[in-house]
Amino acid sequence: MATGIRDKVAILGMGCSKFGERWNDGAEELMVEAFQECLTDAGIEKNEIQAAWLGSCFDEVSIGKSALPASMALRLPNISVTRVENYCASGTEAFRGAVYAVAAGACDIALAIGVEKLKDIGYGGLPDFTSAMGTLNQIWMANMTAPGGFAMLATGYAAKYGLDIKDVKRAMAHVSVKSHANGVLNPKAHLRKIVTEEQVLNAPQIAYPLGLFDCCGVSDGSACAIVTTPEIAKSLGKKDLVSVKALQLSLSSGTELAYEWDGAHFLTTAKASTMAYAEAGIKNPREEISMMEVHDCFSITELVTMEDLHISERGQAPKDIMDGFYDRDGQVPCQVDGGLKCFGHPIGASGLRMLYEMYLQLHGRAGDRQLKDPKFGLTHNLGGFPFMNVCSIAIVGKYDG
Amino acid sequence: MIGITSYGGYIPRYRLSRMVIIQNMAWYFPVIMAVAGGEKSVANWDEDAVSMAVAAAYDCMNGKDRKALEGVSLASTTLPFADRLNAGIVATALNMKEEGVSNADFSACMKAGTTAAISALESIEAGKRDSVLVVASDQRRTKMATMYEMFLGDGAAALLFGKDDVIAEFKGSYSVSCDFVDHYRGAGKEFDYGWEERWQRDEGYGKIIPEAIAGFLNKTEMKIEEFDKVIYPCYFGGTHKAIAKKLGIDKEKAQNNMHAVCGDTGTAHPFVMFVAALEEAKPGDKLLLASFGQGCDVMAFEVTDKIKDFKGPRGIKGSLANRVELASYQKFAKFRDLIVADLGIRGEANPSTSLTVLWRKRKMLLGLVGAKCKKCGTPQFPPMPVCVNPDCGAVNEFDEYEFADKEAVILMFTGDMLSASIDPPAVYGLIGYDGGGRTMLDFTDCELNQVKVGIKANMSFRKRYSDKMRGFTGYFWKAVPQVEGGDA
Repeated sequence: MATGIRDKVAILGMGCSKFGERWNDGAEELMVEAFQECLTDAGIEKNEIQAAWLGSCFDEVSIGKSALPASMALRLPNISVTRVENYCASGTEAFRGAVYAVAAGACDIALAIGVEKLKDIGYGGLPDFTSAMGTLNQIWMANMTAPGGFAMLATGYAAKYGLDIKDVKRAMAHVSVKSHANGVLNPKAHLRKIVTEEQVLNAPQIAYPLGLFDCCGVSDGSACAIVTTPEIAKSLGKKDLVSVKALQLSLSSGTELAYEWDGAHFLTTAKASTMAYAEAGIKNPREEISMMEVHDCFSITELVTMEDLHISERGQAPKDIMDGFYDRDGQVPCQVDGGLKCFGHPIGASGLRMLYEMYLQLHGRAGDRQLKDPKFGLTHNLGGFPFMNVCSIAIVGKYDG
Repeated sequence: MIGITSYGGYIPRYRLSRMVIIQNMAWYFPVIMAVAGGEKSVANWDEDAVSMAVAAAYDCMNGKDRKALEGVSLASTTLPFADRLNAGIVATALNMKEEGVSNADFSACMKAGTTAAISALESIEAGKRDSVLVVASDQRRTKMATMYEMFLGDGAAALLFGKDDVIAEFKGSYSVSCDFVDHYRGAGKEFDYGWEERWQRDEGYGKIIPEAIAGFLNKTEMKIEEFDKVIYPCYFGGTHKAIAKKLGIDKEKAQNNMHAVCGDTGTAHPFVMFVAALEEAKPGDKLLLASFGQGCDVMAFEVTDKIKDFKGPRGIKGSLANRVELASYQKFAKFRDLIVADLGIRGEANPSTSLTVLWRKRKMLLGLVGAKCKKCGTPQFPPMPVCVNPDCGAVNEFDEYEFADKEAVILMFTGDMLSASIDPPAVYGLIGYDGGGRTMLDFTDCELNQVKVGIKANMSFRKRYSDKMRGFTGYFWKAVPQVEGGDA
């Protein structure tokens, strides 16, 4: 009988590059930047790493296929390196690979690194999007982009709860205003500017009903983690360990698109979060989760996700959001580091960047953004579209919690 | 009895007032002001001769068994493929049988539609086939500030020929074939090249049509007085009237040339006008149809009692009523690819045409054919080997299930300004079909501000992409929300 991942693996060190439009840096510079910080934080030598996982999504336009780009950029000592790709969950997938390898006893120390170099294509938004869906889907599926795919969720949500789209938009605006306020406090964030609700509501439309400020930053960046067992971490002199409490994934089977779905929730997130809480031993997430970094690719995604994480009741996310429940001084602060919205969203790096913030907060190293005595931090990625997606959830916390 | 067993028509939703053309282009060529009245039909940017033919064909086959068809003939001078049977695209869109079926393209002449019809009727008369669909469709691009730009519209019409439940009996035909070239389009050329109007009018329409009709009457020993309607295309209003006079018929017996409502729809036009006449016909009416182009085909029909029970399709009348004024000349010019607007780098994406995928998935991609699980009865799209119902899980146990003729309701939608689109925003969404099944489709023939969750939509076969590098046109189905009017 499987016992889950809880407390089997500790984070030895983490690193994260500055996110943003890194015109003068490629994926190799970004990876090295994150990796050097991580290595210093872990306090080990590069040669002590026994296996590595690389997460990246848009391979053909970014770093190319295989894990060679990481192995070569970091000059890893001819160890096993595996590239994983699972849309926006790619970074968390790399982490999962490393964590599972350590938990399995296959190695003592493993590296997970995520990277995405998006700003080499010459236009805003994500690169050659349709080809990512395969030859068949590309020639029949709607002429979609990421914002459009998620924008539909707002119309579905408003219809399901009988809400005026304007009220949904106002709650969405608050989501972005809050993340911008947090991003200002983060020196590594891509977008560091306060915005007002009015600015958000009056921004140019990208995909009805999403405006410019409902969409996250498209950024270059890299983040990484070195993991080991709690025993080894302690033997290396580490104190106040941060350990992995849960790691769960859930993928669509096609029912949302082709069978039944209310168009107002993420089926996968609802399932993965339930499994993650069970794995972590969390009974009441609204009370027990101290902080979250969720996949706010678009404001509506964050709004709906609050319900699928079982923190807001169904239909109540707009109210909780407007009440400030998820603000930095609220009960469950969300996107403390600025989120995808302001920290930025280099796809393959995002899952690890979220964990980086949870790790800093748990160690009391989050500077101006530091929350008071957090216990459990949750990270969430949602790759694909509301109707067809990959969801990953990680929960980390204090090992001697 | 042999004759017409059903008819259908399609005029695209956009209409361009000729005054709009004049306001924009008369500075360049003031002569266009001579035909200022009325409006012309304009195909949406995602329509072409094949997609409009499919619309007319579905209209015609409404309530009829498409599997019983033994052939479809497509007549057009604006077919997207010079080598690939365009009628085969229409046939696959109709989800027709493939075995025992012979399809054909009739092209390169304005009278190709009637030639295809005569050929279909001859094969039925000869006992070779029982049921043949003939569709005529044209979507001709014209240079700016030309008389062609003023005269020509877009449209399609379809006639089903057979032996059972004939609504208009075939009473004979006669053809004149001569190499009279009033205009032509050279191979590889984008636009028509025409000789002077006086020549086209006086030596062309004005002479050849009356002579062919005289030949028909002489051959069949019928009298022109017997006919309740005489239907012949001629976009020169004066010449159209003069032909009636020459034939010795009252002007109300000459079917209106539809210059005012849609313009001349080319190869489709004899059928378009004929369908408009059928829509008003009573049992016993005799209709004489003549076409024009390197000669003239003449065909006679007598309407039967069956027309009383005939459940009329949307037809020409219905599609003319579904009308939105295209107020922007620039939009018209962009739709026809006459002006260059930046599609952005995103628009450079490789459409990745795969002929193997197209063959393997032809029913799905061209026919919107999904699957219905034999075990749990769930209709589903796209068809996959394992049933989508998580409580079922049947593997490879499906019947074919057609979604093309199903109504759907809009479940969620957006209007996307980021997508590369000829007509932004790109509107699309999730739809649920009456009777089960759901999928994500592009929407068309609507404005974003008209779309709401909960309104109904119908399926429409459209161009999905144009792969200019490879010269390939890809088709798929879109949802048309049931909205009225709109501003464009």
